[in-house]
Amino acid sequence: MKRILKYLAPFKKRLTVGFIIKVTGTVAELFIPFLLTYILDNVIETEKIGSIVFYGVLMAICALVAAVGNIVANRMAAKTTMLFSTKMRKELFNKTIGLSASATDSYTIPSLESRITSDTYNVQNFIGMMQRLGVRAPILLLGGAVITMVMDSALSLVMLATMPFIFAVVYGISRKGVPLYTKVQKSVDGMVRVVREDIQGIRVIKALSKGDYENRRYDKVNAQLCREETKAGVIMGIVNPVMTMLMNLGIVAVVAVAAFRVSKGTSTPATVIAFMQYFTLVSMAMMSLSRMFVMYTKCAASANRIAEVIETPSDFKTVPDDGKGDKDALVAFENVSFSYFGKRDNLTNISFSLRAGESLGIIGATGSGKSTFIKLLIRFYDPDSGIIRINGKDIRSYTKDELCRFYGVVLQNDFIYADTIEENIRFGRDISREQIEKAAKIAQAHGFITEISEGYGYKLSAGGTNLSGGQRQRLLIARALAANAPILILDDSSSALDYKTDANLRTALKTELSGTTSITVAQRVSSVKSCDKIFVLEDGKVIGFGTHRELMENCPEYKEISDSQMGGAFLD
Amino acid sequence: MTDKKQQKKDNKGIFLRLSKYVLEQWKLFLPAVVITLLSNQLSLMGPMYSGRAIDAIEGARGVSFPLVWDNVIKMIVCYVAAAVLSYGLAVIMVRLSQRIIYKMRKQVFEKLNTLPVGYFDRNATGDIISHISYDIDTINATLSHDLIQVMTSLYTVIGSIAFMWQISRPMLLIFAITVPVSICFTRYRSKKVRPLFRARSKKYGELNGFAEEMLSGGRTIEAYGRAKVISERFNARNDEAMGAYYKAEYQAAMLFPAINLVNNISLSLVAVFGGILYMLSQNGTVLATSAFFISLGGVAQFVQYSRKFAGPINEFSNILHEFQSAFSAAERVFRVLDEEPEAPDAEDAKAYNDVKGRVEIDDVSFSYTEDKPILKNVSVKAHKGQTIAIVGPTGAGKTTVINLLMRFYDPDEGVIRMDGENAMRLKRDDLRRAFTMVLQDTWLFHGTVYDNIVYGKENASKEQVYSAAKAAKIHDFIESLPQGYDTLLSDDGVNISKGQKQLITIARAFLSDAPLLILDEATSNVDSKTEKQIQAAMTALMKDRTCFVIAHRLSTIQNAACILVIRDGRIIEQGTHDELLGKGGFYSSLYNSQYS
Repeated sequence: MKRILKYLAPFKKRLTVGFIIKVTGTVAELFIPFLLTYILDNVIETEKIGSIVFYGVLMAICALVAAVGNIVANRMAAKTTMLFSTKMRKELFNKTIGLSASATDSYTIPSLESRITSDTYNVQNFIGMMQRLGVRAPILLLGGAVITMVMDSALSLVMLATMPFIFAVVYGISRKGVPLYTKVQKSVDGMVRVVREDIQGIRVIKALSKGDYENRRYDKVNAQLCREETKAGVIMGIVNPVMTMLMNLGIVAVVAVAAFRVSKGTSTPATVIAFMQYFTLVSMAMMSLSRMFVMYTKCAASANRIAEVIETPSDFKTVPDDGKGDKDALVAFENVSFSYFGKRDNLTNISFSLRAGESLGIIGATGSGKSTFIKLLIRFYDPDSGIIRINGKDIRSYTKDELCRFYGVVLQNDFIYADTIEENIRFGRDISREQIEKAAKIAQAHGFITEISEGYGYKLSAGGTNLSGGQRQRLLIARALAANAPILILDDSSSALDYKTDANLRTALKTELSGTTSITVAQRVSSVKSCDKIFVLEDGKVIGFGTHRELMENCPEYKEISDSQMGGAFLD
Repeated sequence: MTDKKQQKKDNKGIFLRLSKYVLEQWKLFLPAVVITLLSNQLSLMGPMYSGRAIDAIEGARGVSFPLVWDNVIKMIVCYVAAAVLSYGLAVIMVRLSQRIIYKMRKQVFEKLNTLPVGYFDRNATGDIISHISYDIDTINATLSHDLIQVMTSLYTVIGSIAFMWQISRPMLLIFAITVPVSICFTRYRSKKVRPLFRARSKKYGELNGFAEEMLSGGRTIEAYGRAKVISERFNARNDEAMGAYYKAEYQAAMLFPAINLVNNISLSLVAVFGGILYMLSQNGTVLATSAFFISLGGVAQFVQYSRKFAGPINEFSNILHEFQSAFSAAERVFRVLDEEPEAPDAEDAKAYNDVKGRVEIDDVSFSYTEDKPILKNVSVKAHKGQTIAIVGPTGAGKTTVINLLMRFYDPDEGVIRMDGENAMRLKRDDLRRAFTMVLQDTWLFHGTVYDNIVYGKENASKEQVYSAAKAAKIHDFIESLPQGYDTLLSDDGVNISKGQKQLITIARAFLSDAPLLILDEATSNVDSKTEKQIQAAMTALMKDRTCFVIAHRLSTIQNAACILVIRDGRIIEQGTHDELLGKGGFYSSLYNSQYS
């Protein structure tokens, strides 16, 4: 919670000014019952209608000041809330989008999503509410206490005696409330996850007529969420009645004590009446405090979830280079091993080096570690042992930005977002239209793009569902090429291309981008056979390394793959 | 109809629909109303007794202690009872609102499953999610807190008026002027503020949609180091959403203080007139029998009731603000509920359980958007057990054929016949159940590996699941996972490759006994060695089934009874592998290109 409140710090000035205005308005409002008492106590006895009217008008003026003050302050509060939550959400999103693969995995995307949405709205609501009512209520409370103290300190002490009880209740329940609402938000994550999966898998669900099954699956998380919310609501529901009751019992005590004091002549009935006025005011303030308190608990739970993400330590740490690398090798792996679960190595002892302009092909069975290799190279994960170097320097010695600039990447399950084709290729980089078209031409995408009437301005849907699989892949390849990065990484990114297109693509890459170092992961031998070096991976180990010709001679596994494909042949 | 009138009608519609949800829960709602009445009665009686106690204190012959004690005890009883009742009410209201929210979420979700696939192609996932989370949450906040507040307010207002009526009728006239002023003002402001809240909800939805989309692309963004740019875009949307928030709040900020002002002015009028009347009563100008007569205790009570009366009106104007948000949210939720579902089965739609497997596509044309025809006059016949392969350049419309077969979309022209029956006249669920489908875009849900495989056939035995996984050559991999078949998977999980995911979905298909099979690039991410290993199982799967295959691998296609070559939405060649090669057309050039 503290971490989140820090975002309010830059708006201290605005908050202070708003606070002062709000205080002015609230004090003006407090004067109203005070004047009322004064009229009843002193003015009426003078029996001058003029002065009664005068004080009446004074009350009206106070009311006006209160209204204007409140409007201005509320508007300022709205602005502060806007600025605050813009900042908070911005920071959260920035952090979230920069989270490492393993951090994202451990939070899960649905949970991150509900933190950015549901949790930030909870906090935002509270901050807005706090400024609108949070100033008013304590001042009414404080002011009420002070004025009653002046009027009759003994009576006000009676009323104040209820306070410790109220705070005890509030404290006790708030300790229970935060974990309860944390659970609620966790259930929200679960619900968001099912909805998200359902939307993503709608075709499969429909195909298998699993609507009922999905409904049942959703019902579980929905019911779970309702249970958690009910639990929290039932506990938090105690606050308001107990607070009100304690306040009311306080006033009962006031009346009882007043009876003695009036009979002794130490107080007057008019004072008691005034007391009632302030009591109403104070108890209304207590009501709104209790409401804020419930919101606070909810907000604190959400704020903690937000802070948790923001405070996630970056696992992208830079280490100084050991200077032992070979400067002539663009990419080099030195005895690299890695395991996802620590149970079994997913990559074992990989070593090789690649000079600028050379091409590397990686082939191997599903699950042999090809994509893991790519993930280590672009530093989604750090190897358990061994060093990966670029230009002779440990990749961990580069900053994130420096490292990214080396690569143009097409990943498996790659990402197309709702925007134009041009923008999807540009991907927010500083790239000219000419470069984009050039990249699209090499990627064999220019043809189909220009066949669409909107051309490069064609709006893609999220995930690019309005393109075919092969079109998507070509667009992604264009994206990878567009920045002229020195290393091009294609992770199984031509699987949906027909043979002709794939062949054209490879030819274009060779002729147009001869200086680029490419690393190609593929299922097809034909996609890698022209590479300068080819890896054959099996269970995370290199079982063959060399050119196509060499491998055909001395790597039986490679020959087997090749024969099976040439003999059986591919066709689109 | 003018926009304004339409809007008014919409508001009423939303209100009525929301009320319906509440009234459906009458078993909770009725007790809630009764308890509200009781507890408010009690808390209204409190000031009455305190007024009497004060009168007893102020009595002409000094303090009358027995009377004071009597009233004090009554007050205690009232307040304690009121607290107990209001807690009971809070509990009932939590349950009531949770039931309603539960139902709404359920309805929205179940609705989603009835919507045509096109809806999901058009709307951002995050925006859809925000209907079911943010929008319904907003309604929830209003229902659980504000609904009861309104009820309380209404009762308190009426009760206060009754008490004030008893104390002094002439003074009540003040409110006859100020209350209508408040109401008019509130109505006027709400009209202004409403579209602003609507815009706010919409912007929130868009923001959520963008966030979801970008989070899904996290790894690519990382690989390209684009986090900064994406963040900037998020910020622009965030600014927009918060701008909409500010605009709405700015206007709404006025409501509460303004109503408060009117109330405070009423109070000062009450003081002035009360003071004057008391003065006149004291000096005998107004007789004790007159309606204008008032005691000091009377003035005090009146003032207290008028504050009690003003309080809820203030509160109400404050809540109105939240009602605006809730209304906009409800509007968005109802829009989903009103979304056109997949056309229902015709009334005389036939069951399709006895599937022979004869499929005929007859002169079918289709386009997703009017200006872009995808398929033009496609015709093909598949006999029982035959394999139909579809080849052609990417983007030619191959997947669209699958979409039409599965009735994800319906053809614009032409007919698809299943065993001679128009597919449109068959029960859609039966039709879909007749197919098993393995798609290029795999889909796994958050659950164990086992659950994901058994998804296609819930009553499958353990042995069947294992043998399906073995046939799909994924069993060993699963066994190597930390918890084997009980390992939790998710679609975004990085610890499983695309090829492995594909094998799991193939295992899923192996379990199915549907008579028709669709393989859309089913093994595109599986290496050829593994593919060869699962070939026997694939062949067994395809045996006796009518299959539609989109694939690169000729091994699957070669034996197809018919190969369709689709280009630009038309079938340009059609025949067996040998026939097509003999023709020397597009197919043979594609075929030969792999050797070049």
